[in-house]
Amino acid sequence: MEELVNLNRRELLKTTTGLLTGLMVAGSPLAMMARGRAWAVDLTALSSPEGVALMAMARTIAPHDKLEDAAYAMVVRAIDSDASKDESACKMIREGLARLGPEFPASAENERVAVLKKIESSAFFQMMRQKTMQVLYATPLAYAYFGYEGEAFSKGGYLLRGFNDLRWLPEVPLEDGGPMPT
Amino acid sequence: MKRIDMNDSGAVVIIGSGAGGGTLAHELTRRGIKVVLLEAGKRQSTETFSQVPGEAFAQLTWLDARTQSGDWGVGRDFPALPVWHCKTVGGTTVHWTASTPRLQPWEVRAKTTYGDVAGASLIDWPISYNELVKYYEFAERRMGVTRRNGVPGLPASNNFKVMYAGAKKLGYKQVHTGHMAINSRAFDGRGACIQQGFCVQGCKMGAKWSTLYTEIPRAEATGNLELRSESTATRIEHGADGRVNGAVYRDSQGAEQRQKARIVCVAGNAIETARLLLLSSSAKFPQGLGNSNDQVGRNYCHHITGFVWGIFDKPVFLWRGATLAGVVEDEVINEPKRGFAGGYRMELLGLDLPTFVQVGLPYGWGRDFASIIESYRNMAGMFINGEDLPRADNRITLNSAVKDDHGLPVANVHVNEHSNDQAMRKHAQGQMSRLYQAIGARRVVVGPTPPATHNMCTARMSADPREGVTNGWGQAHDVKNLFISDGSALSTPGAANPTLTIVALALRQADYIGQQMKAGNL
Repeated sequence: MEELVNLNRRELLKTTTGLLTGLMVAGSPLAMMARGRAWAVDLTALSSPEGVALMAMARTIAPHDKLEDAAYAMVVRAIDSDASKDESACKMIREGLARLGPEFPASAENERVAVLKKIESSAFFQMMRQKTMQVLYATPLAYAYFGYEGEAFSKGGYLLRGFNDLRWLPEVPLEDGGPMPT
Repeated sequence: MKRIDMNDSGAVVIIGSGAGGGTLAHELTRRGIKVVLLEAGKRQSTETFSQVPGEAFAQLTWLDARTQSGDWGVGRDFPALPVWHCKTVGGTTVHWTASTPRLQPWEVRAKTTYGDVAGASLIDWPISYNELVKYYEFAERRMGVTRRNGVPGLPASNNFKVMYAGAKKLGYKQVHTGHMAINSRAFDGRGACIQQGFCVQGCKMGAKWSTLYTEIPRAEATGNLELRSESTATRIEHGADGRVNGAVYRDSQGAEQRQKARIVCVAGNAIETARLLLLSSSAKFPQGLGNSNDQVGRNYCHHITGFVWGIFDKPVFLWRGATLAGVVEDEVINEPKRGFAGGYRMELLGLDLPTFVQVGLPYGWGRDFASIIESYRNMAGMFINGEDLPRADNRITLNSAVKDDHGLPVANVHVNEHSNDQAMRKHAQGQMSRLYQAIGARRVVVGPTPPATHNMCTARMSADPREGVTNGWGQAHDVKNLFISDGSALSTPGAANPTLTIVALALRQADYIGQQMKAGNL
C-alpha cells in the first residue's frame, strides 16, 4: 500500500486538487503493516468533496461494513487517475457526481441505493461499478478482510498449508482422489 | 538457436506455439524437418509468471481488439472480451487448467448419434474413434495425464471434498480428481504439483503441462527449430499453382517480413486461425485461403460453460489447490430424456478473489451482492463444460469497420445460442445447485458464462469438402500444403476440454506430414 502515507510527515504536492484522509481501525491488518494509523490519498483531478462522494458510491455499490475506508479509497484513487489522464472521462465523472447531489455521502444506505438505481443505466454508474469490482477486491486490505491468502509460490503452495484441511465432510476415498506427493 | 533463412522455401512454417503448434513443432523437428515457429506473443517463463491476477491477465492474454455479436450471454456480461485465450509462447497451454478428458465414442459421430438437428450444422468426424484413441494414448503418456498409465490421481482438495460429498448424495458414480495434465508426482524433469491454485496465471512449478517448457525447448534442442516470438502473422501467400509458399508477418519491431515455406500449419487458436485464412484472400481464393466452400470461420463452438457457487456455513477455502482438479462425469452421456442432445461435465473450479468478483459473479451490486462475497471463505465452486451445437452462422468474420494496429480488419465473433444449448445449461445448473443443496448449502449462486476459453471448429475436419475446411489429417481440402493444427480442426466439440484432442491430432498430423514429405508429396 505504497500510496498510503503517514499524514504527519507528508507534504502537499503542488498538483494535489483534493485529499482523502482517514484513520485505520486499531488492530486492522493494514495498521499493523503501516507506519502509522493515518492514511491519505492525493487526488490530482478531483476535489475532496468529489472524492468523498465517490467513496460513498463505492460503499453503496459494495457494502462491506467492516472493510476499512482505506480499501475504498483505492477505488477513488484509481478513478482519479483515469480522470487525470482523460478529459472526457473526467467530465463524465464530474457531471455524474454533481447529479448525485451534495447530501449523497451523508444519506442513509437505502437512500443512496435509490439514487444509484435511478442512474444505473448511465455510463458513469457502470464505470464506477466496474472500477469498484476491479480495484476493491485486489487490495491487500480486501485480501485480509475476506480471508484470501493470495500468492502461494513463495510459501510452497497449499500442499502443506491446508489445501485439504476441511473436516466437516468425509474424506474422499483414495481411489477417487490420489496420494499426497512425497 | 537455429537461424532459418527467410528465402528457405524448404522450411515448414507453423503459426502459433500452443498445444497444437508447439507439439507439431517438436514432432517435425525431431524428424529432422526445419521449422520456423511464429508466435505473436512474448516468451515468459516460470520465473516471470505473476501471482497477482491482474498482472498475469495483462501479461498472458490475447488483448488485441475483437468485436462480437449475437444473443449469447457473453455479449451482455463481457462486452469487451468475447474470448479469453493467450498471446504468449506456449499459447493457451500457459494459462489452461489442464483438464484432459477424452472425447467419447459417439461424440465423434455426433450427426449419426443426435440426428440432423434443425438449426445446427452437425457432421460426423472423418476419422474413426479407434484411430483417435491410438493418439490419445501417445498424448496421455507424453503429458503425464493422471489416472492413466498408472499415474496417480491428484489428491482431493477441500473444494473437491464438497463436490464429492454432494455428488454422492445425488447418486453420481463417476466422481474423481480428474484426468489432469498436472504432475501428481515428479515426471519428465518437472516437479509435482504443490497445490498453489494459480494454474491460470502460469504454473511456477512447471507441474502443469505446457508447450512452453516441454515441447518447445525439446524442439529447440534438435537444432531444427527457429522460434520467432513477437511475430504476428498477417497473411499466408500462395503461388500460381495454388499451393502456399510463404507467410507474411510483422516482427517485433513492427516491420513486415516474408518467410518462404514448403508447408504452412496454422495453429493460432480458432479465432485468429480463421481470421488469418480470411485475411489471405486472393484472386484464386476470393473468399479466403482454403475457403472455396465458405466454411472458414463457420460452425464456431465454445462449449456450454458457466459457474455455480455453493455457500456453506463452514469454511472451504476453495482457492487452495489446483483450480480444476475434480469432475463428475455421469452426465457425459447422450440421453434425450433429459431434454437435449449431448452431454456435459461438472468440473471443479476455484477462483482467486479478484477474478471471482469480476468473472465468476453475475451482474449485481449492493448489500445482497456484497453478502455473497462476504461468504468467499465458505464457498465451493464448479464449472459446467458441455457440448454446444455447431451452427453455420455462429462464425468468425472480418469486421471491416474496426482495424487492428496493422490496419487489418479485426475478427468478429458471432454466436446465437441453440435451444439445445439452453436446455443443457438449465439442466446442468439445476443439477449442480441440487448437488450443493443436498449437503446443506445455505445459498447457491449461478454465475455467468465467461469469455470463451475453449474455441473450436472454425476450420473443421470433414469428409465432404462442402461441410468443412480440412480432411481427416487437418489438411486443407483446397490446398494440399496448408494444415490446420489447433482446435479449429475439431469437427464437433463434444463435451471434453479440447486440449488433449488437439495434442492427439497434432501427433497424428505430424506422422502424416512426415510421411508425405518423405514420399515427396509435400
